[in-house]
Amino acid sequence: MRFLQSTIGLKILMAFTGIILVGFVLVHMLGNLQIFIPFQGISGEAAIDKYGYLLKSNAVVLWGARSVLLGAIVGHIFAAVKLTNRSNAARPRKYELHRWFSDSYAVRTMRWGGVLVLLFVIYHLLHFTVGVDAALFTEVKHCGPLEGGAANTCFVRENVIRGFQQPLISGFYMIAQVALGLHLTHGVWSLFRTLGFTSQQWSERSRILAMSIGGLITLGNIAIPLSILMGIIK
Amino acid sequence: MSGTLNFTLKVWRQNGTKDSGYFEEYEAKDISEHMSFLEMMDIVNEKLEAENKEPIVFEHDCREGICGSCGFMINGQPHGHKSRTTTCQLHMREFKYMDGGTIVLEPFSAKPFKVLKDLMIDRSAFDRVIQSGGYVSIRTGSAPDAHSIAVEKDSADKAFDAATCIGCGACVASCPNASAMLFTGAKVTHLGLIPQGQTERYSRVQEMVNQMDSEDFGHCSNFGECTLACPKGISLDVISQMNKDLLVSQFKG
Repeated sequence: MRFLQSTIGLKILMAFTGIILVGFVLVHMLGNLQIFIPFQGISGEAAIDKYGYLLKSNAVVLWGARSVLLGAIVGHIFAAVKLTNRSNAARPRKYELHRWFSDSYAVRTMRWGGVLVLLFVIYHLLHFTVGVDAALFTEVKHCGPLEGGAANTCFVRENVIRGFQQPLISGFYMIAQVALGLHLTHGVWSLFRTLGFTSQQWSERSRILAMSIGGLITLGNIAIPLSILMGIIK
Repeated sequence: MSGTLNFTLKVWRQNGTKDSGYFEEYEAKDISEHMSFLEMMDIVNEKLEAENKEPIVFEHDCREGICGSCGFMINGQPHGHKSRTTTCQLHMREFKYMDGGTIVLEPFSAKPFKVLKDLMIDRSAFDRVIQSGGYVSIRTGSAPDAHSIAVEKDSADKAFDAATCIGCGACVASCPNASAMLFTGAKVTHLGLIPQGQTERYSRVQEMVNQMDSEDFGHCSNFGECTLACPKGISLDVISQMNKDLLVSQFKG
């Protein structure tokens, strides 16, 4: 039996790549929230700038992590596309009338929500990581020497504030975070089911965990553009 | 005390697997609220026969809710809106709220479930899934021997709950992916949790998942519609158990 060709094998691939991506999203949010830490020290360097430089300072670690993430995304999408095609083929005649027993919004938006999250990730990378100089983007200053040439730093805080002062960009980021949160409230729960956590305790625990992670990611990440729009961070 | 009800039935008619099928409307008049859904169908069919028309074909056998023969989509839900009820055990009083309205009847839809005629589908894909692994090949002895093999209470309960699956196909019909995982999971769990089923536990799960996949059923996305549609209330846990057994089977020769 070719495990990864089976419907369950593909779901398990989806679950494992999902774990990597959820882990990344959580750490990324914690990193982001450092923008709320005020300036420190004599140099007046922001905590998030130091952190940004730390992440980028070791090319091997940086590109290693990027490769793992890219692999996880490719695997996740590969499984999703294969299973969606299969699912569409499995019901050639659509029902004249179909009523759901449950009314979970998160479950029904997994596919389109996932596509929205992907589009967001692409935009986000072009915006802050690549620093595309075009309409719909804002100017980004890349890591380099601090004024006076004392130390190297990254200009995360400055870039983020400049970006999120644009209401359209902030709005898109916030919508994407809601989509991501919804995706996770079903995804995290579903991955526990897929990996065979059958007990009653785990069923409840994984639901709570999924809701908490989804909520936390959405609120935590929305807090940043919102604070900038409201002028709390400047 | 007991009133009568009137409905318009919008029914899927299909003359054989190759026919393209269409909807036709029929009147169901003066239906006693104490009738079962299938008895109401019988009345409609008697009238059709009296008018020299083709009666509506639907599958049924025990009419006691245990054989798994009956079942079609009633207003967009397999076996209708009442939970834990087969079509034969669904009574017309449940439709009082829509007296005078239209009830839509369609066959279960999934690629492996070909329509044989009207509301009757071919569920032999389920039989082939069972044939692929739904058995034990050890001698289980006669009745007294059953008591000599101790089964842990928790496992016994779970295995029994899974064993109550009647194979009606409502899980597939309600699943947005037309997946047969609740059915297959129930069989894998039923045999996999008891001592008598241990010999083939891990080859069984592979064979059954293989067969299920090759029948072109969809995958599971943990919607949970199946368990809500299931007339026996089979838990989603059986799917999780099957996933776990399949994962473990990869590490067993």
